[in-house]
Amino acid sequence: MLALAIGLVLNAMTGAIVFFNSPTDVMEKNLSPGTRVRIGGLVKPGSVQRGDNLNIRFEVTDGQHDVAVRFQGIVPDLFREGQGVVAEGKIESGYVLAADTVLAKHDERYMPKEVVDSLKKSGRWQEGATQ
Amino acid sequence: MIPELGHYALVLALALGLIQSVVPVIGARGHDAALMRLGTSTALMQFLFVGLSFLALTISYVTSDFSVASAFENSHSRMPLIYKITSVWGNHEGSMLLWVLILALFGALVAAFGRNLPATLKANVLAVQSWIASAFYLFILLTSNPFLRLPQTPAEGRDLNPILQDIGLAIHPPLLYLGYVGFSIAFSFAIAALIEGRIDAAWARWVRPWTLAAWTFLTVGIAMGSYWAYYTLGWGGFWFWDPVENASLMPWLAGTALLHSAVVMEKRNALKIWTILLAILAFSLSLIGTFLVRSGVLTSVHAFATDPTRGVFILIILVGFIGGGLTLFAWRASTLKQGGLFAPVSREGALVFNNLFLTTACLTVFVGTLYPLALESLAGEKISVGAPFFNLTFGPLFLVLMALMPFGPLLAWKRGNILGVAQRLMAAYAVGIAALAVAFAVEGTQSVLAPFGVGLAFYVMAGAAVDLVERTGLFRMPLGIVARRAAGLPRSTWGTAVAHFGIAVTLLGIIGAGTWGVERIVALKPSQTVSLADYELTFDGMMARSGPNYSEQAAKFTVKTGGVKIGVMQPSKRNFMARDTSTNEAALMTRGAGQLYLSLGDTNADGSIAIRLYYKPLVMLIWLGAIIMMVGGGLSLSDRRLRVGAPKPAKKPADKSTTTPTLQPAE
Repeated sequence: MLALAIGLVLNAMTGAIVFFNSPTDVMEKNLSPGTRVRIGGLVKPGSVQRGDNLNIRFEVTDGQHDVAVRFQGIVPDLFREGQGVVAEGKIESGYVLAADTVLAKHDERYMPKEVVDSLKKSGRWQEGATQ
Repeated sequence: MIPELGHYALVLALALGLIQSVVPVIGARGHDAALMRLGTSTALMQFLFVGLSFLALTISYVTSDFSVASAFENSHSRMPLIYKITSVWGNHEGSMLLWVLILALFGALVAAFGRNLPATLKANVLAVQSWIASAFYLFILLTSNPFLRLPQTPAEGRDLNPILQDIGLAIHPPLLYLGYVGFSIAFSFAIAALIEGRIDAAWARWVRPWTLAAWTFLTVGIAMGSYWAYYTLGWGGFWFWDPVENASLMPWLAGTALLHSAVVMEKRNALKIWTILLAILAFSLSLIGTFLVRSGVLTSVHAFATDPTRGVFILIILVGFIGGGLTLFAWRASTLKQGGLFAPVSREGALVFNNLFLTTACLTVFVGTLYPLALESLAGEKISVGAPFFNLTFGPLFLVLMALMPFGPLLAWKRGNILGVAQRLMAAYAVGIAALAVAFAVEGTQSVLAPFGVGLAFYVMAGAAVDLVERTGLFRMPLGIVARRAAGLPRSTWGTAVAHFGIAVTLLGIIGAGTWGVERIVALKPSQTVSLADYELTFDGMMARSGPNYSEQAAKFTVKTGGVKIGVMQPSKRNFMARDTSTNEAALMTRGAGQLYLSLGDTNADGSIAIRLYYKPLVMLIWLGAIIMMVGGGLSLSDRRLRVGAPKPAKKPADKSTTTPTLQPAE
């Protein structure tokens, strides 16, 4: 039974897990197209472009590098320029992320932890400056 | 003044808790009846004082006393009364106070209704219960004082997080806590048994109603949380495998296993050590859940605030109780006598199987939930483990468990006949295969797995019915006799059948909504129409409305099917002034067991509005199944043999299988 469980878990680990990256990670790791990742950072001010059929493009930045994201659908209520965002999807050539999920923070007081860490790493984070 | 009284009441509760942690144990060691009885009075007094403390906090919120920091942070004078009350636990401090209130409630219930417990067992149980309570009182008083005052009284509060301004907050957390904290009783009984070094079938009989009650509350608490997330988050999902959800699923799985192993222990005096271990694990997982949610390790709508000292404090509590409990188990378990041998193919064997599957499934959820946290702290890598992982691990285990479920109640104790049972389930296979064929015929082969899932669900439902049909003699005997037999069946038999039926109903809902749900995301201008499944929705226009503490933009849609108008749907976006936050209020229309689900997106420059429209067939069955499970739990709880607080244990057990002499309490 335990062996079965371990087998199932290991099998799932290889295919069903998504790594989290900051935009800098995406650039530095030179991720190959088709890789599924989750990226976090701020929506770069001025980068949001809305097209037809609910297509939207924006850039996620950690202050050092930007990654373009394209998404079709409805973005969360708290998706705003300059605010924290997490996007998950497949990397396409030219470091564009074709996202199928876009998450924003739940509440104006909190920032997704992944975004905080991503910003801390790039030295852009200031305690208490997010409100 | 009132907040200070509340604070003081909590300090008194802590003092009582510390006394109750020590004195009854000393009494139990020296067989001093007076010292042992003290635990009963202090448990009742603890509940009284925590109750007063909670009442004081509620008064501060209801009267909008914003000199209290937590009321200022989370309340608003213009909120409706119901939200003023619920916002008491819509924040970290208040929700911990609710946690200890329920803990004290359970302690008081044991004190009040445990009259026929052996005196030493009762004394030890109440003492252990008080260890937990004292630890959490300390936690609240030292790190999360809800009564903290602000130096200056602000004129207005900062309002409750708009997502939480919903009736769901009145239902989901209290029910969930009744479940989580209810397992503390099983834990206390297990620790008390280990301290005494003595355990028998009577022990299981005392523990089972508490476990059953906790399980029932947890089941419906999780389901209501799921429904709340479904209609409030605006994208129609009902389970996200979010760590916070998993934190509630793990105690449910362990608790379900405990429920079943306690049956074996009660009826056959077997599986004792395993049952004790499960009792410790179920509550440990509840504590881990509390830790994950309250410590700020995770980011979610449940993590109200992040303060490292709190996380460390809860971690200490966690390590103390889980580590201590398991150490005591390792040290003392060997002193407990095993008993009750049985063949692998038997009711006991089936229940062992059930336990193996449930605990393994629980383990996969545990790994999926905690591995990312461990990996991040050890290797600095961040990963996200979501639905695909759980579908590959938890999914198959649970489906196999369900396929075997109908066999359990039909197998005889001690030695069963698997072929005989397989034959008796013929009718259930027939129902399952027929359902499979119908599902294929109606929905085609777009998804191969789904019709099999439907077949499985119907087979389990029919299997649950087979047991009742056989026992009542339905279809074989005159109706009068059937009715009399049905009335004479133990309520726990009905409870089992109903609960098993319920989980199959939930499975059916998950398959229906997951496989045959359809979705459209479009931008519409006024008077344009969109169609989905058999429904046409016409966008009539927007209108502005205002509520007590928000303003909203609502869109009106006329819904037609086959050209006939069946109603209107009005999804909206609310803007809450105090926090300058908006929420998305989806509109739902229930059609049979399915639902139309409509939520709004952004308004575009050309005047069109983005909408997200779903039709989810059978989706209501997910939560209906949980309600049915709750009814099953309630039926089983009302069984004469288990009734909490029955003045005397049954003189002669009604059920013929419970004739072991150890069932009578020792006194």
